[in-house]
Amino acid sequence: MAPKRIVLRFRSDISVKPIVYRLVKDFDLVVNIVRADVNPQKEGTMVLEVTGDQSEKGLAYLRELGVSVQDLKQGIVRNEEKCVMCGACTGLCPTGALYIERPSMEVHFDEDQCIVCMLCTKICPMRAMEVHL
Amino acid sequence: MPMYSIGIRKGFFRSPGSRSLYLEGEFLKEYKDKAEQNLEVGSFMSIEKTYAEINAKIKTGKAVVVTAEELIALVEEKGLTEATREVDVVTTGTFAPMCSSGAFLSFGHTKPRMKMQKVWLNGVSAYAGIAAVDAYLGAAELPEEDPLNSNFPGEFRYGGGHVIQDLVARKPVKLKAIAYGTNCYPRKSLETMITLDEINEAILFNPRNAYQNYNCAVNLTDRTVYTYMGMLKPQMGNANYSTSGELSPLLKDPHFKTIGVGTKIFLGGGVGYVAWNGTQHFPAMTNVDGKELGGAGGTLAVIGDLKQMSPKWLVGTSFLGYGATLSVGIGIPIPLLNEEITRYAAMKDEDLFAPIVDYGEAYPSFTPGNLGYVSYAELKSGKITVQGKEIQTSPLSSMPRAREVAATLKKWIQKGDFLLTEPVKSLPSPADGIVAHSIKEV
Repeated sequence: MAPKRIVLRFRSDISVKPIVYRLVKDFDLVVNIVRADVNPQKEGTMVLEVTGDQSEKGLAYLRELGVSVQDLKQGIVRNEEKCVMCGACTGLCPTGALYIERPSMEVHFDEDQCIVCMLCTKICPMRAMEVHL
Repeated sequence: MPMYSIGIRKGFFRSPGSRSLYLEGEFLKEYKDKAEQNLEVGSFMSIEKTYAEINAKIKTGKAVVVTAEELIALVEEKGLTEATREVDVVTTGTFAPMCSSGAFLSFGHTKPRMKMQKVWLNGVSAYAGIAAVDAYLGAAELPEEDPLNSNFPGEFRYGGGHVIQDLVARKPVKLKAIAYGTNCYPRKSLETMITLDEINEAILFNPRNAYQNYNCAVNLTDRTVYTYMGMLKPQMGNANYSTSGELSPLLKDPHFKTIGVGTKIFLGGGVGYVAWNGTQHFPAMTNVDGKELGGAGGTLAVIGDLKQMSPKWLVGTSFLGYGATLSVGIGIPIPLLNEEITRYAAMKDEDLFAPIVDYGEAYPSFTPGNLGYVSYAELKSGKITVQGKEIQTSPLSSMPRAREVAATLKKWIQKGDFLLTEPVKSLPSPADGIVAHSIKEV
């Protein structure tokens, strides 16, 4: 079964709750934490790969808690009108989701590889990489 | 009337199947005599074309126009002589951030009249120290309320370059002006909306564009730095460069044989002209082991009517931790007047080199020197090796856009509505040996 790649965003009161433990223990899910930004008393984000028969139930549990659950592919979007295909992002994208095809030197975005680190949204000189969370 | 005038230029010709030869003295005299006696000695003739001949062909739609990339393939296939004979014009292109850019705007008069002392467009200050309703909006200017680098690294989401793009996109822009008031210009303040079409003149005038060559930037320090060459990770974690290499206008005419004052160009999606050499114009070529290495080199000051340009080719640009600027599309036609011009226009990425410079310590402290040279072929491959370390490279200059500029200019010339202009004045070349000055503090 292919893992579901999701982005979680949650309020500060969720930060102290062991939600990943619950996904594993109560819903028997295999959880791979791709990226996490969790701090006490702060809003947090997490990028997960989730595998298991009860994954939909697990995600419903998270939503009941007030966690925003979103498909990873929709997290970062390239604004095709703004992108000039310079390639400035390609050396900094940590997973190679943004890459240059040679010899055309065209810049491509492979959403499946994106872990929503959001670095590109800050360093893109045209601000063509947008957060849709 | 012959299609090409045939002449002999002092000291240069190419015989078939050999490399270029430089000839002088007796042999040249003998060759010249022979050539005068027998114009059929084709292999000993160097090709010479004039602007007038090429323009006559453009007007009748008969000119052969190729992009610099296409010329490279053609020269590889047919050789310099045949390529020079066949091709009339080569088009180049670049699209990259060019900070020394801006626009002169003349707004038209208000009622009552006003001598604008300070001017803001969408909150970005424009220089108003010229006549009553004229101002110069610089691409790197930032809004007064911008937090700048106070929360480092600053984002610089909007600046003069963005205002220029908004104007060209025909978006209404807020004009605010203040004045001290005079008898002839009594008004003291103004706040209104303007559009590009409603103001009298808008002239893009960029004092330094189209850098011939540029540094490949790395960072030798232990901390991330945010520069105009982008974000550079510590200990050479990445390398950024910003030239279109074998498509770059001035890399294809490094001795300024055809590009000079008055040269008609593609500028910002419309037509522009070379106004002068750019500021910091320091063309130089050093021959090292048969490689012609250039530093940052020559630059151009360019000018054109902003009203006929396009927001696709004048794009507001932001560099994290550095500032705002404008990315400009520039394309320059190079007439293949003779083989020497062809030879340079056909230089490949393998033959063109960028100096590698440390932007962590050496550049900010103005310490001369570099970490060696790297070819554009290596830079474009995505990886270079510096001091034994393999580093990923990223361009800041868009190759797909550069290609589009060269292709667009080619189309304009082929259609017959873009003629070439012979420079009214040559620009300083490497032979002039211009030396850069720095500020002396007392």
